[in-house]
Amino acid sequence: MADTLLSIRGLTKAYPGVVANDDVSFEIQKGEIHALLGENGAGKSTLVKMIFGLVKPDRGEMLLDGSAYTPGKPSDARRAGVAMVFQHFSLFEALDVAENVALGMENPPKPRDLARQIREVSETYGLPLDPSRTVGTLSAGERQRVEIIRCLLQHPRLLIMDEPTSVLTPQEVEILFETLAKLKAEGTSILYISHKLEEIRTLCDEATILRLGKNVGTCTPREVTARQMAEMMVGSSFATPEARSAEKGEVLLKCDALSMPAPGAFGTPLREVSLEVRAGEVLGIGGVAGNGQDELLMALSGERLAPKGAIWFKGEDISRAGPMARRDAGLLSGPEERLGHAAAPNMSLTENGVLTASRRKGLVSNGFIDWGKATGFAEEVIERFDVRTPGPGTAARALSGGNLQKYVVGREIQQDPDVFVVNQPTWGVDAAAAAAIRQALLDLAAKGAAIICISQDLDELMEISDRFGALNEGRLSPTRAVSELDIEKIGLMMGGAHDMEVAHVDG
Amino acid sequence: MDPVLLVASIMVSATPILLAAIGELVTEKSGVLNLGVEGMMITGAVMGFAIAVSTGSPLLGFLGAAVASAVLSLSFGLLTQYLLSNQVATGLGLTLVGLGLSALIGSNYEGQRAPNLPKLDIPVLSDIPVLGRMLFSHDFVVYLSLALVVAVWAFLKYTRAGLILRAVGEDHESAHALGYKVVRVRMAAIAFGGACAGLGGAYVSLVRVPQWTEGMTAGAGWIALAIVVFSSWRPLGVLVGAYLFGGVTVIQLNLQAAGTTVPVELLSMSPYLITILVLVVISARGAHGAPGSLGRPFHASS
Repeated sequence: MADTLLSIRGLTKAYPGVVANDDVSFEIQKGEIHALLGENGAGKSTLVKMIFGLVKPDRGEMLLDGSAYTPGKPSDARRAGVAMVFQHFSLFEALDVAENVALGMENPPKPRDLARQIREVSETYGLPLDPSRTVGTLSAGERQRVEIIRCLLQHPRLLIMDEPTSVLTPQEVEILFETLAKLKAEGTSILYISHKLEEIRTLCDEATILRLGKNVGTCTPREVTARQMAEMMVGSSFATPEARSAEKGEVLLKCDALSMPAPGAFGTPLREVSLEVRAGEVLGIGGVAGNGQDELLMALSGERLAPKGAIWFKGEDISRAGPMARRDAGLLSGPEERLGHAAAPNMSLTENGVLTASRRKGLVSNGFIDWGKATGFAEEVIERFDVRTPGPGTAARALSGGNLQKYVVGREIQQDPDVFVVNQPTWGVDAAAAAAIRQALLDLAAKGAAIICISQDLDELMEISDRFGALNEGRLSPTRAVSELDIEKIGLMMGGAHDMEVAHVDG
Repeated sequence: MDPVLLVASIMVSATPILLAAIGELVTEKSGVLNLGVEGMMITGAVMGFAIAVSTGSPLLGFLGAAVASAVLSLSFGLLTQYLLSNQVATGLGLTLVGLGLSALIGSNYEGQRAPNLPKLDIPVLSDIPVLGRMLFSHDFVVYLSLALVVAVWAFLKYTRAGLILRAVGEDHESAHALGYKVVRVRMAAIAFGGACAGLGGAYVSLVRVPQWTEGMTAGAGWIALAIVVFSSWRPLGVLVGAYLFGGVTVIQLNLQAAGTTVPVELLSMSPYLITILVLVVISARGAHGAPGSLGRPFHASS
């Protein structure tokens, strides 16, 4: 067909012990936004890496514009007109925007010309960006713009986007969609990878769904429901979290004008954050990444000590208490970064269990670890949260992201906290596992615990929270009941317009 | 004391450390921590000395020293970049290997004298009274070391190759994702660091002393390493650090010769103490800027 840009035929790639892609075929038309859907581990990344020349297929062929396309390395792909925006941005924090863009180009122009081109493209496509800023100081949305501009400067015929909206505010998503629509109108094809089904339904023309490395179907997203697509992805139906009761207990955790300086050059200071959360309540905290989420979690968990009188737990000032003391009292937390923060990558699941649960679960006696009990605890968590792993002796880094996430969140929930603070509980987790984690959080709240859930996934926050607040540059907006909110109000809260009287915000 | 001679001897004293440090700076900017600088320096010292004595040409001696140390550093590169051995342990091993190897090779050369490296008077400039003899009447290696500092600074700041080198050191995963050859860039940086350390070592045995004694670099490689860190990975900071160390070394030697009442031990340790103290104070104020991937092993998986 003359209108086909990229045609993939029988692409197969096997790694030791797992077939990542098994005989995958589909076609992308010119000027089409094509969605690639699938759970974690369904083989989306491998497929995209083959198209971008990072991985060589074992079998199968690709045709680009009718002629054979066999990229041996990313520069081949770029030369052929294929560009990619990565999910985990391939940016260098210590370098500035122009340097980052230059690194992603085959033949970059002189620095001065490049800065001018960056400004031009950023104006044409409505993506404001200053070429001389250091990337470490940019928000996630701005970083993504760097990646997109880097691609656009090379006038790609096919633009691959890996989970582009996971870190954006609703307004930023809108800007991105406008940019993509403009590109499409110019005849650029886009391969769009996402978990977010609603978004695919509004944006994409065609969708290819992968499950366990196989192409299980193609559909036109506008004509099917999100639930139908999800079930194609998962291969079975999954439970959505149940609604919860409305009665709330006493205030368990309270922050009183908590202010803290930024922890490092790229951190965010907390500015007079005040919040309270009651027994049985879920407080959702949204905001674009890098607006103080990590810092708030560190302040609440005790990793960084707060000024006296700022944090109250069950009526006692715990501002100067360390993480151990807070755990003993019943305030538990789960940080965002799974490997290296929530879990020690090279240690086994049992050992990782001991690290946070040793005192509450009595896994240590007289200074010695009770390995029997510790293994038992790890097995309980694995069993209850359906962690797919050979056993509790497996190293944390060997688990897939979603499974490890289930383990680190489950590890805390299993300790019956009174207050549980968690950051990004379902980051990078597939739909079924995410639903299970959310249900576990709701169950915990139903048993009378207070939960603070920090997340960038607004749908998730709307689903499980009773009240919602947004962080912007280290300030927390006043919290509101979720039932009073709509997506536009939330966007304004995330943008820092707390009183909601501002009619619109600038891009 | 003659101030002209003092400044001139400070420059001579600082040059070996400056060479080793600027090489190590490039290596570390690419994300590799090579703790074997001392071993590469002493290897350069003995090889440079041996070749210069056998051929009678100091120039060939420097060349041979650079090549020998670069080859030695590539063995470190092979172990750490391809076989993924631990960089700290391998670097320490490299130092021990260099010290042992140099003692073995050098045993036949003890007591001999190196051929003289001619001074290179820069026309016009060297005729300036006082300043001319102070700054512009040295051998070519002194000028080379200063030119290298400027060249490395410009390379890192203005060239695409320098940008790629920094990118590889900053975040090797991202650099790999963009299609850059992380391991190749690092091997080149390691070899450059080795060659520079070799030149520095040869300068000790061919010009500064100039003869061969076992272990004659006496910790200069370690000081070079410290200078790189405390200069916050900036070429001009390295220059300041190396000249400070060279300066204090010369001054304390002069004080010893003059027979002051300060204990000799205290004077001998002063260059190390003062350099590190000054650099700590400098780096305590400014940004640190360690390359993001420094010392982390890289393996291109999938």
